[in-house]
Amino acid sequence: MRKYLLPLAVFVLVAIFLWRGLFLNPQEVPSPLIGKSIPEFSLPKLQKENSVVTSETFLGKVWVLNVFASWCTPCLDEHPMLMELASQNRVMIVGLNYKDGFQSAADWLGKHGNPYSAVAVDIDGLVGMDFGVYGVPETFLIDKSGVIRYKKIGPLSSTEIQDELLPLVESLQ
Amino acid sequence: MIPEIGHFSIILALWVSVAQTLICFGGAVRSSPRLIAFPRYSSYVIFLLTLAGFCCLATSFLVDDFSVLNVASNSNSQLPWPYKLAASWGSHEGSLLLWVLMLSGWMSAVSLFSKQMPDEMRSLILGVMSAIAIGFYLFMLLTSNPFDRLLPPAVDGRDLNPLLQDPGMVIHPPMLYMGYVGFSVVFAFAIGALISGKLDSTWARWSRPWTTAAWCFLTVGIALGSWWAYYELGWGGWWFWDPVENASFMPWLCGTALIHSLSVTEKRGSFKIWTVLLSIITFSLSLLGTFLVRSGVLTSVHAFATDPERGVFILGFLIVVIGASLLLFAWRAPKVGLGGNFNFISRESALLANNVLLVVAAASVLLGTLYPLFLDAMGLGKISVGPPYFDAIFFPLMAPAMFLMGIGPVLRWKNAKTLELATKLKWAFAISLVSAIIVPILMGGWSVFVSIGLLLGFWIVVSGLVNLLEQIRRIRMGSERTIFQVINSLPRSYYGMLVAHFGVAVFIFGVTLVKGYEEERDVKLAVGGSVELSGYRFSLASLDDLIGPNYNGIKGTVFVHGADGKLVSTLYPEKRFYHVQSMPMTEAAIDTGFFRDLYVSLGEALEDGSWVVRVYLKPFVDWIWGGAFLMALGGLLAISDKKYRSKRRSVPNQATVSS
Amino acid sequence: MTKKFFLSTAWLFFLSLSSISNAQPSSDLSADFQEKVKSISAELRCLVCQNQTIADSNASLAIDLRNQVSRMLRQGKSEQEIKRYMVERYGDFVLYDPPVKWQTWALWFGPFLLLVLAIAFLVSSQLKRRAEPDSDFNPANREDLRALLRGDKDQL
Repeated sequence: MRKYLLPLAVFVLVAIFLWRGLFLNPQEVPSPLIGKSIPEFSLPKLQKENSVVTSETFLGKVWVLNVFASWCTPCLDEHPMLMELASQNRVMIVGLNYKDGFQSAADWLGKHGNPYSAVAVDIDGLVGMDFGVYGVPETFLIDKSGVIRYKKIGPLSSTEIQDELLPLVESLQ
Repeated sequence: MIPEIGHFSIILALWVSVAQTLICFGGAVRSSPRLIAFPRYSSYVIFLLTLAGFCCLATSFLVDDFSVLNVASNSNSQLPWPYKLAASWGSHEGSLLLWVLMLSGWMSAVSLFSKQMPDEMRSLILGVMSAIAIGFYLFMLLTSNPFDRLLPPAVDGRDLNPLLQDPGMVIHPPMLYMGYVGFSVVFAFAIGALISGKLDSTWARWSRPWTTAAWCFLTVGIALGSWWAYYELGWGGWWFWDPVENASFMPWLCGTALIHSLSVTEKRGSFKIWTVLLSIITFSLSLLGTFLVRSGVLTSVHAFATDPERGVFILGFLIVVIGASLLLFAWRAPKVGLGGNFNFISRESALLANNVLLVVAAASVLLGTLYPLFLDAMGLGKISVGPPYFDAIFFPLMAPAMFLMGIGPVLRWKNAKTLELATKLKWAFAISLVSAIIVPILMGGWSVFVSIGLLLGFWIVVSGLVNLLEQIRRIRMGSERTIFQVINSLPRSYYGMLVAHFGVAVFIFGVTLVKGYEEERDVKLAVGGSVELSGYRFSLASLDDLIGPNYNGIKGTVFVHGADGKLVSTLYPEKRFYHVQSMPMTEAAIDTGFFRDLYVSLGEALEDGSWVVRVYLKPFVDWIWGGAFLMALGGLLAISDKKYRSKRRSVPNQATVSS
Repeated sequence: MTKKFFLSTAWLFFLSLSSISNAQPSSDLSADFQEKVKSISAELRCLVCQNQTIADSNASLAIDLRNQVSRMLRQGKSEQEIKRYMVERYGDFVLYDPPVKWQTWALWFGPFLLLVLAIAFLVSSQLKRRAEPDSDFNPANREDLRALLRGDKDQL
């Protein structure tokens, strides 16, 4: 009888994995960039077109890089959380305006409020590509030595800010 | 009111199924003739109740009753009525209702066409089927009720997914489900045989036509789905190894293996254990497919909106049904005998090898489909498994199976002689080999891949013809019959086998030639512009605004001229924008031909008013689906063989042939 | 959950809408070059689409990545370098052709191992059976007898 139990054994094994699979999200792809230094970049700064934001600008600080665009509707959902976070002054937020434009970005920030200490403008999206951006909004947390510590794809919720982002910020300070 | 009636009749159908299951198994235990007769009639009742429920849902869709949540989320007042009807199985809830409708339909069919079967056996089979039905009725009523009301009612509906607003999509799901659910009959036969211990060639004979019928539906369903993807998704692909496609392909592979192993079990009494296990596996894979599509464990282009609660329910159901049947198998299988012996070179061996290859192929598809999930569940990272993997694994496994297709039918049962085989087939092989070398050169470009593909295709066709001639010659020897009489005397199941195998060959030709010689260009075209593609000139003559019932868009007019300057075809590719779901859709325009398709689709609009246009030349692409339909036709011929219609009549008939 | 699904679909959709102005036609490039871009793109997975290659998808990201593939090819980068570039940014997830490493051994070698095991099992059980007489083909059984009578015709 033992060899006839083999099909059942295989099925049980598959069923266990399927069960685990129910509680996983196949869409969520962890970024291979976590634990690595941020890619090098040098982009024009919004509203100060002569100056640039580079990958070295914020060395020595713990900072949040938030990828946004005026055409991105989910960014609007996230925006109030960022305003709230900025008003608490616990961490510096830098914006990466992704595949958008100087004027539209400025208008959007003028209309909804500007939580960013600085905004780098990435019109052709190449720097975004180096950051592995694929679903705007995206948020990165970068430590003092310029290493990416955390990444969130899609809009941040207030609980994620409270429970994930801020404790990490504290520990990196 | 109508949705409540529908809801109520589904609840009634559930209770009748419960009663039927209890009575069937009770009857089997107490061997009471009165109990055993019950399911013959209750099966019809379940079917009629489910049909009533289905009609109620369809009515709600047709009359735009937006107080029903399902209608409000999947239909719209502007939707043309055939799509409103199709929308009733376009959602997860509605498709489940279609599923149980088909299950109860198959149940009634078993009840109707199994008069010559012993009552106890039929009762057991119907009991197993109604037990499966209970699971699905419960699943529908507890987690996905298609009749749920929406209060207050919506003003208008959110519309059917534009991808599904297509004639191919109207019939694809019913066909596919007929196949999936049809395997439940085969499964029930297997469980019935295991319980009763009557696992013999009679069981195989009963099982065969049902297996073939379900397989035919599944074949047509898969082919329609692939054809739909080809013209609807707008980039000319026809198979993507997407988890949902794989979910339908795995039962097909196992079903194909099952058809072949059943023939051995019927005629030689061998492979019984294997055949019964394969019956269970085939239906289990159909159930697994349902789980994969509806639980959200895998990402897919076609998946339904997902919900973990549903996933938990189906998985529980899967564990009960598959777990119990495999346990039953482990318990009863050791008592089943082995059947007739056979030599290494015999038709049994060839069919066994075919089975091994098909099942290993199905297992590989399963492995590739679930592997990302395995790794993720063990925390070993996220990977993707796609076409490059499946192509690399699948073709080496299938090529020998295709080769065996030429040999198997020529071999004798039990013991065949190698020399005899070689004499019969050496010319067939020579002809195939020469054709496989010459044809690619004539097509304009030789490659190993094309040559191997063609070799397999020609091999199947030529060896099939050799086999046919051989049969005719053998019967004519020592008889006065004319060729026509001889051809007429060969059983339909034999022709069915030949036609289905030719279907595979046609399919191989299609796949090989389209992969080997297709051409495509992505070009920027403004009105008046044109592009050349292997002798055809495609010119964009105009772009016009388009207003449809529930969409607007742009319609291009593309003239296609041949090398001689004559107009070959005028194509109208469209880019539609569906209002309600605010979703753009590419409607490709295709000039279908026996030897090639011309395919044009509009890509993206550019700032200067021109468009990115994709043009393709796809040689022999329609042979892919033509081959699949031939396979199904072969199955149909096999079912129509008279040996399945009346047992009494077929015995003297067979005596005359063998005399 | 349904609502969340709906929102995320809408989100993906807006991503794809933003693409329209960014499309770069490649009409000026040779067919061979297009072929090369296509064959590389066909093995890369579009991350925002449910399950499509970047060759097939019209989503914004897919178009950007296609353009990136063609830019890198023009710079003379090899297929391997392009794939490495993608993996560095998006992980192994972007490769539809999973690389062979210890995590994927079972994936790549499993099917052939299974085939070898199945053949070995069958051959050994056949050899064992050869020693024994037909166990179940009982001439007293009417079905079996009938099958025997049919034998000739069953060669079909």
